[in-house]
Amino acid sequence: MSLLEIENLTVEFQTAQGQFRAVDGVSLSVDQGELMAIVGESGSGKSVSMLALMGLLPWTATITADRLEFDGIDLVRQSARDRRKVIGKDMAMIFQEPMTSLNPCFTVGFQITEALKTHLGGSRATRRARAVELLNLVGLPEPERRLNAFPHQLSGGMNQRVMIAIAIACRPKLLIADEPTTALDVTIQAQILDLLLDLREKEGMALILITHDMGVVAETAERVSVQYAGQKVEEQKVRDLFRDPHHPYTSALLSALPERAQGKKLPTLPGVVPGLFDRPEGCLFAPRCAHAFDLCHKRQAVQAGAEDGFALCHTPLRKGVPTSLEGASLEGQVRS
Amino acid sequence: MIKLLFRRVGLMIPTFIGATLLSFLFIRMLPGDPVLLMAGERGMTDERYQRLLHEFGFDRPYWQQYLEYLWGVLQGDLGESFRTKVPVLQEFLTLFPATVELSLCAMLLATVIGIPAGVIAAIRRGRALDHGTMGTALVGYSMPIFWWALMLIIVVSGQWGLTPVSGRISLLYFFEPVTGFMLIDSLLSGQEGAFGSAVQHLILPTIVLGTIPLAVVARQTRSAMLEVLGEDYVRTARAKGLSPFRVVGIHALRNALIPVTTTIGLQIGVLFGGAILTETIFAWPGIGKWMIESVSARDYSVVQGGLLLIAVIVMVVNLMVDLMYGLINPKIRY
Ligand SMILES: Nc1ncnc2c1ncn2[C@@H]1O[C@H](COP(=O)(O)OP(=O)(O)O)[C@@H](O)[C@H]1O
Ligand SMILES: [Mg+2]
Repeated sequence: MSLLEIENLTVEFQTAQGQFRAVDGVSLSVDQGELMAIVGESGSGKSVSMLALMGLLPWTATITADRLEFDGIDLVRQSARDRRKVIGKDMAMIFQEPMTSLNPCFTVGFQITEALKTHLGGSRATRRARAVELLNLVGLPEPERRLNAFPHQLSGGMNQRVMIAIAIACRPKLLIADEPTTALDVTIQAQILDLLLDLREKEGMALILITHDMGVVAETAERVSVQYAGQKVEEQKVRDLFRDPHHPYTSALLSALPERAQGKKLPTLPGVVPGLFDRPEGCLFAPRCAHAFDLCHKRQAVQAGAEDGFALCHTPLRKGVPTSLEGASLEGQVRS
Repeated sequence: MIKLLFRRVGLMIPTFIGATLLSFLFIRMLPGDPVLLMAGERGMTDERYQRLLHEFGFDRPYWQQYLEYLWGVLQGDLGESFRTKVPVLQEFLTLFPATVELSLCAMLLATVIGIPAGVIAAIRRGRALDHGTMGTALVGYSMPIFWWALMLIIVVSGQWGLTPVSGRISLLYFFEPVTGFMLIDSLLSGQEGAFGSAVQHLILPTIVLGTIPLAVVARQTRSAMLEVLGEDYVRTARAKGLSPFRVVGIHALRNALIPVTTTIGLQIGVLFGGAILTETIFAWPGIGKWMIESVSARDYSVVQGGLLLIAVIVMVVNLMVDLMYGLINPKIRY
């Protein structure tokens, strides 16, 4: 049985310029203990979809979903009060900016034990002991002393370790890590990533790793979901995805990896993720797609089957080549 | 910490000298002759006038008078009142508790109501409650204080008869001051009803004096909260599954209080200004009323001494606020 089931999740923000759809019909399922990666450029709605799951979006957001189930609990029908019993306990999240994600006015110890106190109770002494144990677990040296430190006295990497300690404090079944290493030094990035993988193994929790770095995905995940402009455009096992990406966007992301570069220059993907005003009428990726044809600009993309990685594309790639346009008939429709 | 303390106290010395000079000049710049005023309607002979002038030292040049005043100040001698012949410092110390009592109550009112009001306005941003609270705060801030005081007196004291119009306690009660704080002294006296009477007398002056600080604190709290509520650590707090009360009341408010504390500290200077008017209106026997009367009588030593003492108190309070800032903001450790 899967731990997390998201079906057709849509998030719209109410903005001064009108409704903005940041997440558009995303579906996702994560098994117990699984490592799932979500990739995509920034602005693809990766964070927003996970924040929606956690119930952390501001009131300007409207969330709809056909199904939002975690650990057998229906999150759609759940009250905010009941949701709070789940988040921070069975489902936890860490964020991109460790330096600003911890409260500057409270000590590390306070912020860790607070999570314990909220969900598990227990005596002061046991909470403190557990906090020390957690800091040990996340590899922070001199844990007893660090309990009394304020976040600004620690480095970014250390703060992210503290964030991880808070998140895993109540032994969650699912940890969502939203670009946990993006804001850190390159040398620290690998350490934090290793720590997360290590903890996942030790604690047996599922991990959703949000990243915009295909390199990270290659090293870590089991399954990947690729997101673009709020839509899920492809989902595959990591190995298959790297061997044979079906969506032109995935393919473009992969060919931007240094180790895959052919020739001296690193190919880059021109353009940016469409925002509120430049949302194309047809396939959202068409304006930037190397394989787009007429239909792509006119008609919204359709989802391919499992054999094509559920690619949201009129002509999913196979071995880098667009599937022959059985779409000839489709083309005909467009011409007429 | 010690270094900072020394630097701050060092900075206070020029400010202090400036305050002596200003307080000395201020009263002398006002038209009116203290000796003539003392004589009253009947006037006095020229010879007597000259003798008094000489006795007070007013016949000497200003710079000599100033140096003498400064010399006295350095020795802790602020001179004595022309009118009562009581040393200025002694009069000040007798009256000061009344002003402190009133100011503390006003500040208490401002924080106890202002902070929650600001917090509620912030979490209800853009809704009716927010507009209502902030509209009221704006009115409170812009309202002429004497008008506000008179309206309260007319309605609350006059029409409803709920509170007395002036003074600190009903004339029915009499006891020697112990602390100078009427609320405490009335309790210590053990006289039945004394405390209630003291409270009743405090209500209107507290409201009048507290209105502007209340408005300022509410607005400042709201804007600080709005800023803090958008911070990442507030999201982290919510991600822990904490109750909204804990997220707002502990994680957000603790950070918002940093700028609010500074505001409250700065309001203390404003409060002394407000106290002059409030004390005069309510015949509250404090520093404010004392200063106004002394200015009218051109009681030179009282005015210059009183101004100087007020300046020193404001400086000390500001210093304490700065030091408090270090306690409340963990990022600042001297
Ligand atoms: N609170 C918000 N109000 C309006 N738009 C938002 C809000 N949060 C995010 N967005 C928009 O939603 C889109 C997706 O954002 P996000 O999920 O943060 O992207 P990603 O994490 O993939 O980089 C972006 O275009 C962003 O501007
Ligand atoms: Mg993001």
